[in-house]
Amino acid sequence: MRSLKYVLNKIIKAKIQDNRKIIDRHYLLTLEPSTAITTPKPGQFYMLSVNNGLDPLLKRPLSVHNFLDGKLQFLYRVVGKGTDLLSSRVTGESIDILGPLGNGFTVSKTKQIILLAGGLGIAPIYYLAASIAGRKPVLIYGAGTKETLIYRDQIKNLGIETVIATDDGSYGKKGNVVTVLKKYLKDTSLPYTDHIIYTCGSEAMLKPLAEFASEHGIKIHAAMEQNMACGVGTCMGCVVKTRKGLKRVCKEGPVFNLNEIEWE
Amino acid sequence: MKVSLGRLKLKNPVMTASGTFGYGKEYSEFFDINKLGAIVIKGISVNPMPGNPTPRICETPSGMINAIGLQNPGLKGFLKDQVPFLKQLKTKVIVNVLGNSADDYIRLAEAVEEAGMNAVELNVSCPNVKKGGIVFGTDPKAFEDLITAVRKKVKLPLITKLSPNVAKISEFAKIAEDCGSDIISLINTLTGMSIDINTRKPRIANIIGGLSGPAIKPVAVRMVWECRKAVKIPIIGMGGIIAAEDAVEFMLAGADAIAVGTGNFLNPLTTLQVLEGIKLHMKSQGINSVSEITGGLIC
Ligand SMILES: Cc1cc2nc3c(=O)[nH]c(=O)nc-3n(C[C@H](O)[C@H](O)[C@H](O)COP(=O)(O)OP(=O)(O)OC[C@H]3O[C@@H](n4cnc5c(N)ncnc54)[C@H](O)[C@@H]3O)c2cc1C
Ligand SMILES: Cc1cc2nc3c(=O)[nH]c(=O)nc-3n(C[C@H](O)[C@H](O)[C@H](O)COP(=O)(O)O)c2cc1C
Ligand code: FES
Repeated sequence: MRSLKYVLNKIIKAKIQDNRKIIDRHYLLTLEPSTAITTPKPGQFYMLSVNNGLDPLLKRPLSVHNFLDGKLQFLYRVVGKGTDLLSSRVTGESIDILGPLGNGFTVSKTKQIILLAGGLGIAPIYYLAASIAGRKPVLIYGAGTKETLIYRDQIKNLGIETVIATDDGSYGKKGNVVTVLKKYLKDTSLPYTDHIIYTCGSEAMLKPLAEFASEHGIKIHAAMEQNMACGVGTCMGCVVKTRKGLKRVCKEGPVFNLNEIEWE
Repeated sequence: MKVSLGRLKLKNPVMTASGTFGYGKEYSEFFDINKLGAIVIKGISVNPMPGNPTPRICETPSGMINAIGLQNPGLKGFLKDQVPFLKQLKTKVIVNVLGNSADDYIRLAEAVEEAGMNAVELNVSCPNVKKGGIVFGTDPKAFEDLITAVRKKVKLPLITKLSPNVAKISEFAKIAEDCGSDIISLINTLTGMSIDINTRKPRIANIIGGLSGPAIKPVAVRMVWECRKAVKIPIIGMGGIIAAEDAVEFMLAGADAIAVGTGNFLNPLTTLQVLEGIKLHMKSQGINSVSEITGGLIC
């Protein structure tokens, strides 16, 4: 059995320091835990109680977006009741969180790292980028239009090579992140197989990406999502099919080797 | 805080509900699960079951619908990977079992007995799998035959878990008692459905699933009360318990012990909080023993 300290580190009360809108429907939440917490790994997530009532009942999973001076940041999009309520919470209020949960990204020591984020996929990828800036990763980040880009110039503060793209070309390169990735790999002098891709996104983006990667022998790891109830591995609600059987996103994930996913 | 469920003696009346506590390991990272009266393990079948496609869960007002599809590693996997951990626990371990025939249930119950577990709970009421239970749990004759057959072979305390998806639950409670079930537990989930109005699709892949959580509590309390009037054997009450007040309500309606299910998902410490809360309630009301609450409804 693990030590009490470890346990107390997971069930935490935190104070909302800031909960600000960045662009339409997207918010950046900064929490100050009531007790000091260990540094979460990029890719790990927390379950957040959006309010104290019975509806919504379950906590909502959000990836760690940043960890600075002991404060946790989450980047979220309002999509339903839970995230809507969360967006109405204000500075000074207290919130219950559970985490860090799941396994984070395991960073390759040898390969050229490409970080790929479409839209809200930037939530965990930003934290990963900030943590491994010294490894000189390349970040490819995109959204539909200039207005829906969560970050523009400020992402350059990460101090890593960054390619920004929009589907309509209203900012940065024109095209989605997958087409930009393909072009990048074609132009670079390194062989395809010397790269590893870390990403996060919807199934619609990950599936073709996984096919492309396996075609070219590129390793690719992604933070995946499933509806969750418990977040700690007991309800069996959040499974994905892999070549090694069913795995729980909350426990064995959320980061998976995409080459091993069996798409439905 | 001790309670006696017939031959099954618990240090306190707070248990976990099957399928919401895994095999105990996960939550033992959060607290000492030996503090609980008993833990009930996720349903085990003879052969491994892959479960249903995803999405398997969705949230509804004050509740959730699940169609996990009884994913489990099967008897062999359970004995090999889970029993060693469970055996060293200092709380009672109850194994929930499910099958397609009386023979399956008997085989599972005998294995559970041999493995040194403390009781077996027959899941005859899970609404998720077409063959695996709904027949036994909602058909009085099949239900009677099953319990009779298992009782003949199994000495361990036998808990029969009732399905709420029937017209008159007390009828099933009575059959369970008459056929030698030591204890009944109720309720399993209520069959439910939820639709995404934008996509016009069901919100879980299995279309229908089991509703649990605070939304079902009044139904569950009513059913416990009806069963209490129909049988003398001990009752384990569950359905939407997330706080001590809920637990006491179940006890007043007639439950000898209670189980927390969905409540575990809200907070890993819910069971402990319920336990502490019951203690406080007893103290403030000058109650010395849990049995003074059970069936204490005034009406
Ligand atoms: C590991 C993980 C990390 C995540 N990280 C982020 C993040 O950093 N930023 C962010 O904006 N979103 C993130 N999400 C998604 C976020 O959890 C959902 O958008 C949120 O739970 C929706 O809640 P709601 O009440 O607003 O919406 P609902 O009205 O409940 O549903 C709206 C949509 O969200 C999905 N959803 C509902 N409940 C859950 C749930 N419990 N778990 C997952 N999806 C659900 C539904 O399928 C539906 O499509 C993450 C999800 C997971 C599993
Ligand atoms: C995710 C989930 C899985 C469940 N799995 C089982 C199971 O394997 N066997 C069983 O008898 N009941 C199972 N149940 C039913 C619960 O044990 C309990 O009877 C029901 O959820 C009502 O209690 P609650 O409202 O406290 O959750 C499951 C419930 C949930 C929510
Ligand atoms: S969310 Fe419950 S097992 Fe993953």
